[in-house]
Amino acid sequence: MGTDSRFDGPGPDAHYLAALQQGRFVLQHCEDCTATRFPPALVCRVCGSPRLAWRDASGVGSVYSTTTVRDRAGDYNVSLVELEGGARMMSRIDGVPVDDVRIGQQVKARIVPGDDPFVVFTLGAPE
Amino acid sequence: MSAVSKSLRGATAIVGIGNTRRWNAPGRTPFDQLQEASVLALEDCGLGMKDVDGLFCAMSTSGLPVLNVAERLGVKPRHADGTMVGGASFLFHMQSAMSALVNGLCDVALICYGSNQLTAGGKLASMPDPQPYENAYKPRYPLSSYALAAARHMHQYGSTREQLADVAVAARDWAKLNPDAFVRDPLTRADVLASRMISDPLTKADCCLVTDGGAAIVMTRADRAVDMPQAAAYVLGTGIAISHRQIMAMPDLTTTCAVESGRRAFAMAGVGVADIDHLMLYDAFTINTLLFLEDLGFCAKGEAGAMVSSGAISPGGRLPVNTNGGGLSCNHPGMYGLFTVIESVEQLRGNAGARQVPGVELSLAHANGGVLSSQATAILGTATTL
Repeated sequence: MGTDSRFDGPGPDAHYLAALQQGRFVLQHCEDCTATRFPPALVCRVCGSPRLAWRDASGVGSVYSTTTVRDRAGDYNVSLVELEGGARMMSRIDGVPVDDVRIGQQVKARIVPGDDPFVVFTLGAPE
Repeated sequence: MSAVSKSLRGATAIVGIGNTRRWNAPGRTPFDQLQEASVLALEDCGLGMKDVDGLFCAMSTSGLPVLNVAERLGVKPRHADGTMVGGASFLFHMQSAMSALVNGLCDVALICYGSNQLTAGGKLASMPDPQPYENAYKPRYPLSSYALAAARHMHQYGSTREQLADVAVAARDWAKLNPDAFVRDPLTRADVLASRMISDPLTKADCCLVTDGGAAIVMTRADRAVDMPQAAAYVLGTGIAISHRQIMAMPDLTTTCAVESGRRAFAMAGVGVADIDHLMLYDAFTINTLLFLEDLGFCAKGEAGAMVSSGAISPGGRLPVNTNGGGLSCNHPGMYGLFTVIESVEQLRGNAGARQVPGVELSLAHANGGVLSSQATAILGTATTL
């Protein structure tokens, strides 16, 4: 018996990273319900469906919760950002003093490039 | 109540407990602590190592704990379970042991743990469980995850740093009554608020201790428990639940799946929150105590802070919580869950000395694992509750 073609191609983690490396922030959308999925995985967490489709993220989100890590080398922000469809990602709010980050603030995504690119956010409403 | 629940209520009991009380023990490995606790637990109930035919353990320092422990203890298990869900693992093991005992897969279940977290350098022993979607942001693990939950709880329900501080003070006030607690110095709300901020809003004093330690319990079927030297602590109900691994995937940072584990445990036990005389809540951080008081139903969502600040959970309060001093002041050797159960048994036996709560017949032990990820609840009772 052969492999199931529905699962051909790079796995979800590799797909997400490859997109970031090409400058695209993408999210999985369930084709059987309306949920978005982050971190990437093979099945929808809400309904269990394996029918997840990659789409460009809007990059718009809001701060769901936030903390400041007090570090000898300097304080820095760690936040959870809620994206479209309710998916949340851990990230950081850049370009604003750590003590000014608040739950509920509107934020926009920016990709920090490199071999291991990642997404950070800055304050601001969608353009 | 389902047929399954009915057949399990009171069908098994904790007949032996072992606690090394060695919170700072240079020269001892996690396995040393575990072995000592296991010997103590078996001696407590008059059984020998050769009687053990069900083995349950989890460690952060070994990927194959069941094999390592079976070899060291000379145990040849007929049934084993090495489920690893962080600090709640041992209450998951209790549910597994209960099922295995009732179904005859084993007759004597040993659940055991050991750690040298303090003398190994004070860091949480790193587990082979990489988090590629967190690393770039350098959260303190696991502290920042709990800080994010605390910040959201404060935002949504108006809980305050003062209320969190009062959790730490209540734990310390209990620890002062426990000669075995690792830290018994005076602690005030002002002390907690002035403690070094690590990940807002949590200070060092909002965090559990880092200690060594070993713990073990022995479980048998209830019919055998009556012949044991110590009064049995009957397992009336258990419940487990898992909601996520990483904090970003927690559905609602203000509500843990202790809601589900608690509901399952209460349903099996056939009792309600008002019946509980004594409560152990895994307090890795001060926010935990608030979340679990609410999620297990001891107050409404958002009201635990006020409840704690009223003195309700402190010595002399109406609902004694974490009477050993908790993870905040008694001990916290990496994974603390089994110690919640041991203190519940001590209270049910009436052996808790100056911190003994009068007339405890029903005690609830609740454990947490990961970053509020796994939750497990056990309701234990004396023979009068059967």
